[in-house]
Amino acid sequence: MDQVLSNISLLIEFPIVNLKIILDGLMIGSLFALAAYGLALVWGVMNVKNLAQGDFVISGGYVSWWLAQHGMPALLGVPIAFAVMWGVGWVAYKLVIRRVIERDLFTSLLATFGLAIMMAQLLNLMFSSDTRSIDLGFDTLYFADGLIDVPIAKLIGVLMAAGLAAAVIVFMKSSRMGQAIRATAQDARAARVMGIDTEKVYAFTFSLNSGICGAAGAIIVMVWLVQPFYGIAYSIRAFVIVTAAGLGNLPGVIAAGLGIGALEQYGAHIFGISYQQAIAVILLLLVLLFRLIQQRRNRQVLK
Amino acid sequence: MTKLKRKTILYALILAFSFIAPFAFPDFGTQLATLWLMIIVALTWDMTGGQMGYNSLGNIFFYGTGMYVAALIAIGMTYNIGDYTVASGGGIFEFSDLQYFGGMFIGVLGAGLFCSASAVVIGYLTFGLRGPYFAIGTLGVAIAAGELVSNWDWAGGGQGIALPVYPGDLDIGKIFFYFLFAGLGIGVFIFVKWLYGTRFGAAINAIRDDEEKADAMGVHTLRYKLYTWSMAAFFVGMAGGISGFQLIHFEPVESAYQTINLGIFMVVCVLLGGKGTLWGPVIGAILFHLFKEITWNYLLGWQWVALGALIVVTVVYFQDGVMGYLQQRYPELFGIRVERKSTEEAA
Repeated sequence: MDQVLSNISLLIEFPIVNLKIILDGLMIGSLFALAAYGLALVWGVMNVKNLAQGDFVISGGYVSWWLAQHGMPALLGVPIAFAVMWGVGWVAYKLVIRRVIERDLFTSLLATFGLAIMMAQLLNLMFSSDTRSIDLGFDTLYFADGLIDVPIAKLIGVLMAAGLAAAVIVFMKSSRMGQAIRATAQDARAARVMGIDTEKVYAFTFSLNSGICGAAGAIIVMVWLVQPFYGIAYSIRAFVIVTAAGLGNLPGVIAAGLGIGALEQYGAHIFGISYQQAIAVILLLLVLLFRLIQQRRNRQVLK
Repeated sequence: MTKLKRKTILYALILAFSFIAPFAFPDFGTQLATLWLMIIVALTWDMTGGQMGYNSLGNIFFYGTGMYVAALIAIGMTYNIGDYTVASGGGIFEFSDLQYFGGMFIGVLGAGLFCSASAVVIGYLTFGLRGPYFAIGTLGVAIAAGELVSNWDWAGGGQGIALPVYPGDLDIGKIFFYFLFAGLGIGVFIFVKWLYGTRFGAAINAIRDDEEKADAMGVHTLRYKLYTWSMAAFFVGMAGGISGFQLIHFEPVESAYQTINLGIFMVVCVLLGGKGTLWGPVIGAILFHLFKEITWNYLLGWQWVALGALIVVTVVYFQDGVMGYLQQRYPELFGIRVERKSTEEAA
């Protein structure tokens, strides 16, 4: 308890530390937001809750790491991880996801949970359980007498995440496929009547989600680290963000992603780094409870 | 009458086999005890998941909490818990037979009661969540509990707790734990068999089929949901408490709040055997346990991949489970009369 109080008083005494925490949080949050956007896409279009989301992220990280081990420039790993994970997502769709779309929601949750266990264990068998990262070898920028440090690698990572997000948004808005995806999300039956091959749309959406996750993972391996069993942490955060922001609310997803990144950094600073995982989960519970109270109010109005 | 007789013989045979099993296969004493544990958690999961339609992924919370509560009560009755956990097995803390068994008895019972009470509190907060949100919410509770307990130094922190070893011959200890689990398992089975035949069973089935309509018909849905979950939690908590003593040493994330192990296994057991049936969870637990032991022994390193594949295949292709399959294939066995179509009769 004393530790917690002294940590809080440190924040008040040195306001500049707040800035550092917020910056760190925003940088992590931008990657959370990327994974969460993929989840919101799949959730909204095909009503599948993908608990393997985090494992797609981690797999993308390993693709990039493996390439870097074999002499590829690390930055090239991002598009390649996108492409490879696109393929993995397509296979996963054809084998598993296709059969759970029409079923009840718990089915998709459990099936993807099984998928998550399989992926994590395969990664563990292939790459062992050590943590892996790629050192880009860039400098670190210092501000405010060295109190704030911004590694250039992180900056590049955030910029790449932002670029990918922008590309996806433009794609969804203007391309033919993007329109088809949005139409299917609104009303799958009507879309089918209008001649859209929804099966193709579903396969494309899930592969796109998987590709986005892969790219996010390739960024994560450059700026932080990956480990086969870290997937669940990213899945939980993606769920927190989507539940908080709601489906089909892209600015909301981005804002929630950044916010949760910052909140988590604050929590880790105040309570200690060992609570980081617990904080992510408790945030999820708080968001669910908040939604519940909101709904309860709505239900009473209906009665 | 013959049907009743046949049933009695069947039950007697199963009961006799469960009594003989640990003596007939002494090498598999621990595995057999674990099988009973799986049956207990599967049966209790089915109370909410199968019969009431609330798919919880967080029942493992009661298992872990039961483990901790039982251990802390048993230790606390004899020594100061803080001293005991700080020493983490290094200091000399002797337990006499009376202290060991007395502590275990009260600890396991207390674990059941504590879990029962905590189910009411958690249920009150989460039962408003429907469908997948309930599953995610309860999963969150279990994960959060594991993470928080591993930061709680008074209760052993991430190191966990080392309980005293069974006093006396260890082979007899194995059989002792087998019969604890078997007794609890048989108790749970008799209890749910009775429960599903009562008005209470009908009420929770009504909640599963259509909660709004059940509410409108005057079933106090929240109360029924809380009662059901807290009954399930009582048994899971007791099973967890016994497990703690059987394991001797346990730690929070991997053995107590083992979300991705037992927490998901119990769901798969029920789905494999058949959701919402009396025998389904039992059959599923046996099949799953066999599969698990075989892959653990012969597919070293790949066992988890095989297990994940089993989960996916069960959920995607075989969700009705063994009982569901049998019910569809031979409906007469289940007392379901099938009316033939008139065209078939004419032909």
